[in-house]
Amino acid sequence: MKITVKVNGVAHTHEVEPRISLTHYLREILDLTGTHIGCDTSGCGACTITMDGKAVKSCTILAVQADGSEITTIEGMANGNEMHPIQAAFKEHHGLQCGFCTPGMVMTAVDILKNNSNPTEEEVRHGLEGNFCRCTGYHNIVKSIRHAAEQINS
Amino acid sequence: MEKFIGKSVKRREDARFLKGAGKYTDDIKLPKMTQAAFVRSPYAHAKILSVDTSEAENAEGVVAVFTAQDGCGEYGVPCGWQVDFKNGETMREPQHPLLAKDKIRHLGEAVAIVIAESLELARDAAELVEVDYEELPAVTDPKKAMEDGAPLVHEQWADNAAFDWCIGNDRAEVETALASAYHVTELEYRNQRLAPNAMEPRSYIADYDVNADKWTLYTSTQNPHLIRLLLCAFALGIPEHKVRVVSYDVGGGFGSKIYHYTEEALLTWASKEIGRPIKWTSDRSEAFLTDAHGRDHVVHSRMGFDKEGKIVAHLTDEYCGLGAYLSTFAPAVPTYLHGTLFQGVYTTPLIHLNVTAPFTHTVAVDAYRGAGRPEATYLLERIISKGAQEMNMDPTEIRLKNFIPPFDGVEQPGYQTQVALQYDSGNYHAVLKRGLEMLGYEDFRKEQKEAREKGRLLGVGFSTYIEGCGIAPSAVVGALGARAGLYEVGQVRVQPTGKVSVYTGAHSHGQGHETVFAQFVADKLGIPMDDVEIEHGDTEQVAFGMGTYGSRSLAVGGSAIVKSIEKILEKGAKIAAHKLEAAEGDLEYAEGKWTVKGTDKSVSFGDVSLTAYVPHDYPEGLEPGLDFSSFYDPSNFTYPFGTHIAVVEVDPDTGKVDLKRFVACDDVGNVMNPMIVDGQIQGGVAQGVGQALLEEVVYDEGGQMITGSYMDYAMPRADDLPMIESDRTVTPCPHNPLGVKGAGEAGAIGSTPAVVNAVVDALAHLGVSDLQMPLTPQRVWKAMQN
Repeated sequence: MKITVKVNGVAHTHEVEPRISLTHYLREILDLTGTHIGCDTSGCGACTITMDGKAVKSCTILAVQADGSEITTIEGMANGNEMHPIQAAFKEHHGLQCGFCTPGMVMTAVDILKNNSNPTEEEVRHGLEGNFCRCTGYHNIVKSIRHAAEQINS
Repeated sequence: MEKFIGKSVKRREDARFLKGAGKYTDDIKLPKMTQAAFVRSPYAHAKILSVDTSEAENAEGVVAVFTAQDGCGEYGVPCGWQVDFKNGETMREPQHPLLAKDKIRHLGEAVAIVIAESLELARDAAELVEVDYEELPAVTDPKKAMEDGAPLVHEQWADNAAFDWCIGNDRAEVETALASAYHVTELEYRNQRLAPNAMEPRSYIADYDVNADKWTLYTSTQNPHLIRLLLCAFALGIPEHKVRVVSYDVGGGFGSKIYHYTEEALLTWASKEIGRPIKWTSDRSEAFLTDAHGRDHVVHSRMGFDKEGKIVAHLTDEYCGLGAYLSTFAPAVPTYLHGTLFQGVYTTPLIHLNVTAPFTHTVAVDAYRGAGRPEATYLLERIISKGAQEMNMDPTEIRLKNFIPPFDGVEQPGYQTQVALQYDSGNYHAVLKRGLEMLGYEDFRKEQKEAREKGRLLGVGFSTYIEGCGIAPSAVVGALGARAGLYEVGQVRVQPTGKVSVYTGAHSHGQGHETVFAQFVADKLGIPMDDVEIEHGDTEQVAFGMGTYGSRSLAVGGSAIVKSIEKILEKGAKIAAHKLEAAEGDLEYAEGKWTVKGTDKSVSFGDVSLTAYVPHDYPEGLEPGLDFSSFYDPSNFTYPFGTHIAVVEVDPDTGKVDLKRFVACDDVGNVMNPMIVDGQIQGGVAQGVGQALLEEVVYDEGGQMITGSYMDYAMPRADDLPMIESDRTVTPCPHNPLGVKGAGEAGAIGSTPAVVNAVVDALAHLGVSDLQMPLTPQRVWKAMQN
């Protein structure tokens, strides 16, 4: 099937097998390997992207379902060398270790802060429920997202 | 010159990860690369009656299908540690084939590999492989595996034991002391099986180059050189100098990526057969079935006390499951990495541990964050707290009574334990005192009392742990059965322009070596951190190495780099003396330059570097160049320690445990980068809390795994945890040049018993004195009803 998707501001048209996931399309066809696959049950959130402004787990969406949508992946977050405030906050507050869950965490944070510009610790933790991190114990991820909110608001 | 040691320097690796530009193995695409899928057994124990691959071979896009009949890796993957029976019988070491031939011994064992033009086509074709099995009864519990009539994992031996082992004082002597003890506390439990769950699933690409007759293996490993050695010398018997192993970014390890896995060897073999690169990336379901698990000890322990609460003796029997085959480090985990920590931080005069280690029809059990030490700590910290509860003592008072007095390993000698080791330095009183201050212990007990009166169940739990890190003195571990040395290699190459490339055999998969190692190298050389680059993870770049595990990177790998820096400065001084026309003895090195003492005559590191590579006016007889490599073999292990305190509230209606506070005061020796040490502790604590409250791999009686996905295996999520309150005391390691002890595993080692002790404390007035992990609401609720 033929799909047209706008990814990080660039329109792409491809003939894709109906069974391939959006993650697979991003990684294998567009070579956007920043979106990761950590599980096969939509449990880990490493594949989180935003689609039409909402955070979604791209492993649970078929590429054909994304036809006509606008997608942002982790590769679309920085403006050249200038990191997005969420990315900058993760660096500043050591919100990542191995980096594997990080793209999903950052994209989920985009969604959290879009819906709530000044979340409490509890609200951030609740918002991260769909994302696993095995390295950080979430401590510094929570801290990073709250500091990003401050930066964005200031 | 700016100094970096001890500062929370932000990580230089972060930019690539935050921009989605990390290079994990699955991100790599090679020209003409094929994809593999495995045909795995749906049974834990079965005879393979037949395998029919004909339909799969003819399926669309299939390049090749291989089974054990095709002669892949006749040796199998090796085990790296030998622990013989107490009676001298050699450890029973079954062959671990790359593909199962006649017999299946655990769920998910691979029977065939299907290689195709794409992953989808490989998976489609794998479904067409017909395997005829005859299912057999299985045993998955380590204690049941040793019962008469238990199904045998390997028929060539009369029972399932791989070995048995003991450590400590004479058993009869310990029994006698227990018989005459004022009080004996008994504990029986299972230290449950865990899945390490690094977020990046294992991933490999094998690429055989027919023209060069060379292999490249891209692999998600914690120790590329070790994989190369095991692959070449044991699994395949191929020449080591023709194999390059590359491990770029790795998405977490926690032990599970130390081991040499069958898939790595099989892909390497098959790549030559088909003459093309092959990629395989595990999915999470395969990871649950095939990554080595951790823990799985069945424990029975008794600790005797005198009437003041001093420990007089400690006796333990354990059944420790090894799984169907011996994984790389497996025999060391329930023995030398476990029993040697049974002293804890206490002066216990008599200790005996007896271990029976059987095979079971499960995937292998090996080191998982802490490896044997969390199991030892859990036992010690639970049983001493239970002892205090039974003797109506405060859990901190009983600990203080039994602590080994402070010793720095310099003025006061190291502490000789009853279980082989000599601790390097420790101050257990100070770290408990600080932990209690952080908690506000007295206020908490008041709050707890008031809460109880209102029907609220608050509890506090302590763990005053010690662990052994920085493995290890090669001669010591060699005597204990290791088949490898455990030194580390560090090369410092000063470039002609004075920029410095450092090559380390340690491997970073989240620890931040690229930043931390550059911090101390810059300080030791007195140059800017930007002038130092840390390289790791490629056997063609780094001379050799043993990799990262056992919190060893800085203590062993860092020390190797320091040795090379010393050689650089020694040679640099000769060049500087020549340039300054002074005697070497009259020079001092500081702030990146050699100065003639008491004068303003100096020469910079950069000038000396250039002269070393452009040796026109140069000391006679001195070789050009400024590039040194060192092997550092430590003289002892390191022994980090600390106090972990959990505060919980239990829901009286549901039994759900809410972890309200977690206080971690750790002593990891000198600290290079506090931000990174805190991060290591926080992450470790989360894993330890996961074991206490949530996680367990469950196999049913037939060997089916009923926790094989994130729908069933409960890993901690963000809302399961509070912020971790951390602080430190600093007791430097006296025997390595950086004075560091290691911080990678402490969090996971100390935290688990603190949480369980807290829940027992919350319910103690209801008569609860023990709970089995994980402390699910159902288990806690049931305990409250009894």
